[in-house]
Amino acid sequence: MYLSSSRSADLASGARGGPGAQAPPPPTGRGARRVAPVVLTLGVVSLVTDVSAEMVTAVLPVYLVLGLGLSPMAFGMLDGLYNGATALSRLLGGLVADRFRRHRTVAAIGYGISAGCKLLLPAAGGVSAIGGVLAADRAGKGLRTAPRDALISMAATPAEQGRAFGVHRAMDTAGALFGPPVALAVLWVTADAYDAVFVLSFCFATFGLLVLLLFVRDPTPGGVTTGVKRGVDAAAGAGPRAGRTADRAPVRLRDAAAVLRVPGFARVCLAALVLGATTVGDAMLYLLLQRHTDLSPHLFPLLPLGTALVFLLLAVPAGGAGDRYGRARVFLAGHVALLCGYLVLLAPLPDGALIVAIPGLLGLFYAGTDGVLMALAAPAAPAALRGGALALVQTGQAGGRALGAAGFGTAWTLYGPHTAGILAAAALALALLAAAVLLAGGTLTPGGTRPTGPKGASR
Amino acid sequence: MTRTTRLIVLTVVTTLLVGLAVVYTLRAAGDAEAGRNGDYTTLSLDRPGRILFRSTAADAGRDHLAAVDAARPGEREVAARSCLVFHAAHGTGVCLQPARLALGTYDAVLLDANLREKGRHALAGTPSRARVSPSGRLVAWTSFVNGESYAGLNFATRTAILDTRTGRLDDNLESYALHRGDESIHSPDVNVWGVTFAADDNTFYATVATGGHTWLARGDVAARTLRTVRENAECPSLSPDGTRVVYKKRVPGADPDRPWHLFALTLATNTESPLAETRTLDDQAEWLDNDRVVYSLPGDLRADIWTTDADGSGHPTLLIPHALSPAMLRG
Repeated sequence: MYLSSSRSADLASGARGGPGAQAPPPPTGRGARRVAPVVLTLGVVSLVTDVSAEMVTAVLPVYLVLGLGLSPMAFGMLDGLYNGATALSRLLGGLVADRFRRHRTVAAIGYGISAGCKLLLPAAGGVSAIGGVLAADRAGKGLRTAPRDALISMAATPAEQGRAFGVHRAMDTAGALFGPPVALAVLWVTADAYDAVFVLSFCFATFGLLVLLLFVRDPTPGGVTTGVKRGVDAAAGAGPRAGRTADRAPVRLRDAAAVLRVPGFARVCLAALVLGATTVGDAMLYLLLQRHTDLSPHLFPLLPLGTALVFLLLAVPAGGAGDRYGRARVFLAGHVALLCGYLVLLAPLPDGALIVAIPGLLGLFYAGTDGVLMALAAPAAPAALRGGALALVQTGQAGGRALGAAGFGTAWTLYGPHTAGILAAAALALALLAAAVLLAGGTLTPGGTRPTGPKGASR
Repeated sequence: MTRTTRLIVLTVVTTLLVGLAVVYTLRAAGDAEAGRNGDYTTLSLDRPGRILFRSTAADAGRDHLAAVDAARPGEREVAARSCLVFHAAHGTGVCLQPARLALGTYDAVLLDANLREKGRHALAGTPSRARVSPSGRLVAWTSFVNGESYAGLNFATRTAILDTRTGRLDDNLESYALHRGDESIHSPDVNVWGVTFAADDNTFYATVATGGHTWLARGDVAARTLRTVRENAECPSLSPDGTRVVYKKRVPGADPDRPWHLFALTLATNTESPLAETRTLDDQAEWLDNDRVVYSLPGDLRADIWTTDADGSGHPTLLIPHALSPAMLRG
């Protein structure tokens, strides 16, 4: 804890550029706090990139099956293929960004790859070619995620990590909501010209890349600033500090792995993995919901939409609550919402209640866990290792979720959906207890790392 | 770069991007407008010897239904109705098409002999296959459901059978009891697709997949059962006399994009033989008569309908260029 807390204080002064910022003021009322400009800039980048990505996601199945005449089976293989491409590139992106302290550059490469893929899609005719393009697209997404999150975390004070990530995730989700309507409008206007959707998606992606390149800089040793403020900060933050020279040394792979020896960080990783392994996945919950209700298939696309809307509305409040009451608590509470989702599906409730409850609880789950996990993990890892560290947490969580999905599938095969649901709920409850124990102590207190007040947090 | 330079670069490049997007979209919209307008023919399902299909010719009503004589396919007649997937038999047609209101969703539209709508059912996903029983009474459709996933296998099919006489709709054949030999199979990863009907309006064949394997299965609508017949057979098509099934079979060493060749199975003897088509394909074949089948071979955003003998002799010949989803009309 001591390593990370000293790092956090160092970081705070670096980002704010003055000794007065050593002890950041405690969060006050809503609306009084400002989010660092670079967080908003990265939010804009993610917003337009998500419009671009979701445009393609919305039309891709139709394009592949109807436009190219691909069979469902071939599409299933494709989907599995490109999901695997993300994990490796995510770790790579985080490590390379740390190694050369080029978070912005590595993220830009990732955004650039994905933008280019949008133009290649209409040119790819066969399953292999399309599979390759989609894998590259996913690799680009993996590459940019950790460096971008590292930039966000370095731009915010330790006390405001939750809010910064909340703002970013809200903007990101807003983009995801815009994408499908834009794509469908293009298809409508052009009488199903899929290439027009891809070209428009490329334009959005390129605009996002442009904003990133023009308005975000690679991090200075102490933190990250917008390009405009960079010079000022560099001059102001020039005070001699012990951590400074260590920051400048290149990061080796050995150092990157050493972040796991930081006790607070390792516990967050482990908690994310354990909870991830008991997460069934929203697609599966929607499938269960579909089995329980007679919701018209035409209304089915509205379920993820409802989830995204709740996520969008609650991301910032959840992040702020994390800063105020402890990110670990909010992270655990998010999983409690998921647990409620499992239980609601097991309970004999009327259709209407289920249809409202499931997307709502899933939205709550994402708001409480997605950005909050980053805000929880980031201050625990030294800034020099931030990219790799965040990539590690994300990969741990994703790996856990893959295990969880496979386990749930097996349980369903062996015991049927109802028993599998009960098992999933029980496993999540146990994982919540384990995670609460893991995260008890420093990380449960507000601000993430400052051990304040009595040890009341660790029940 | 100063702040001003950055803003100028942003403005210029953004203007270029907006220009590209607008010009491209307007051109695509213009191309769609320039497509065939008016002069459609009223097609009928009561004309034996005709083949109805989805036309993919760019200049002649893309995605519209069209018809030619099976014996002498010449100039096509194009109908006003457009379909993504189509099939018809004995005065009943089924057309899988985009839903009227909900964007991105699809309907199975039932058609009478003059291609007028007489019913409509929501599809669970993207259209895949459709079949009408020889008498025109039973209708089946398969759609391809997104987001129904677990364990990384992110795809699922949903197949429904509708009895147009009684109105009974089995909207998910995965609810049928599935047997393999004496074993009863319960698994969440079961998928059913590609139905073909026998003349008795009860028996059907379909593809069943579970655990990474596919089977040809025989189904019974009244008993709500499916029983596997043979492994590695997809998208079956039963001959008009009910003696043979042509299906696509995964062959080793073939193009991974479409690793299937057509095979014919004689049901009485359970013997299988390859058809003469050596190119790999992905379609549910349709019988022209008791000796020949038609199927589509894909190209980029187009497809052509070919024909070959069901006994494996002869050579495949091109029957209708720029066409998909053939339905042979019989008396």
